[in-house]
Amino acid sequence: MKLLEMRHVKKEFEGLQVLKDISLSVEEGEVISIIGPSGSGKSTLLRCATMLEEMDSGELLYMGEYAAKMKDGKCVYASKAELRKLQHCFGLVFQNFNLFPHYSVLKNITDALISVDKIPKKEAEERAEKLLEQLGLAEKRDAYPYQLSGGQQQRVSIARALAKQPKILFFDEPTSALDPELTVEVLKVIKALAKEHMTMIIVTHEMQFAREVSDRVIFMEEGLIQEQGTPEKLFGTGNERVREFIGHLTGK
Amino acid sequence: MMLLQLGKGMIVSIEIFMLTLLFSLPLGMLVAFGRMSRNCVLRGITKIYISIMRGTPLMLQLLVVYFGPYYVFKIRISNSYRFIAVIIAFAINYAAYFAEIYRSGIESMPIGQYEAAKVLGYGKVQTFFKIILPQVIKRILPAVTNEIITLVKDTSLAFAIAQAEMFTMAKQIAAAQTTILPLMVAGVFYYILNLAVAAVMERLEKACSYYR
Repeated sequence: MKLLEMRHVKKEFEGLQVLKDISLSVEEGEVISIIGPSGSGKSTLLRCATMLEEMDSGELLYMGEYAAKMKDGKCVYASKAELRKLQHCFGLVFQNFNLFPHYSVLKNITDALISVDKIPKKEAEERAEKLLEQLGLAEKRDAYPYQLSGGQQQRVSIARALAKQPKILFFDEPTSALDPELTVEVLKVIKALAKEHMTMIIVTHEMQFAREVSDRVIFMEEGLIQEQGTPEKLFGTGNERVREFIGHLTGK
Repeated sequence: MMLLQLGKGMIVSIEIFMLTLLFSLPLGMLVAFGRMSRNCVLRGITKIYISIMRGTPLMLQLLVVYFGPYYVFKIRISNSYRFIAVIIAFAINYAAYFAEIYRSGIESMPIGQYEAAKVLGYGKVQTFFKIILPQVIKRILPAVTNEIITLVKDTSLAFAIAQAEMFTMAKQIAAAQTTILPLMVAGVFYYILNLAVAAVMERLEKACSYYR
């Protein structure tokens, strides 16, 4: 089943076309990496998918239901109630974590469950504790974000996204704010999720990781998908530009 | 005798202080929302309001609020209106200052906090009260402390419309007995009040220091 579909997405900021015409569909269980130079529109695409940014034109569907559709040449979003429902389908992990600094680790994870999804506190806490256990953060449940390393903070934010049991998880450069050592611990978590067939879309600069974890890699540049395919296909491509980009980052 | 009169005056000063805070702190929040509103008419009005409140003397504002009803509407000013006028003038003046403090705090919040809340499904109201406001309060406490300390001393401006608060009393006694002592004692009282304010605010700051 198609969990996510984006059709002919266009987005511009003050006259600058950031997304020119992007179509993308994601099957259940798929792990997709999006790579490309900065300014290519990767993050904007993710922000349009997660509705942090409104598309100028194009369609967005979750589980076959329209979040936004074209009507008389205009992009029309569904009602607020409808969008809130669809928002349940996905989670997003930010580059700089965006944990709530005034909440403990446990509360960061449970608060949305309790006050938004109206899940009983006990159940929410059990769910959070299980996730913390899985991510090796059990003893940090009562700590505050400032007391954690960047890698731990990012793992908490992954736990926070997972606690809502989303069908699809987006990562916006999840390791770009981390040093190499901490990057490894976060990538390990994402790899473990991939093994459990969590559907994920990951914007990343970690080429080796993208190659290992993805079912499909998408190369974006200048607001367009220039090339996509299995890691083998993309990393062995004849496309000059893609080779040049990957070569730059892997130092080959 | 002198201390008794000053003490009575001090109670009035404290009343002015408390009531002003009670009204101006929430009112300032409303003004801050107006100031940040997307509606440009509302934004313009609050901007002018803040500009006048901050740009003219509080003493003049007191006189306008107290005598305004008489000169503009020919309403006879009753004696009980004096105290009400003091509270109105102080509340709307301080609301303007608090509004700007709130605004600076709210606008200093990283956009990522709003985005994280949105993706997790929090509504606008929930996001504000659960995620944004607690962090804003921590950020603005030092600035609010400054304002509150100024307010303690500003209560003496009620002297301008002969409200019988501590400074007015001190001035009267000083004139009657040709001594500066009551004014000095009043000064000590203001200082002690502000020590208490500072102590309370420090405790509040400490209570917010469990996170960074």
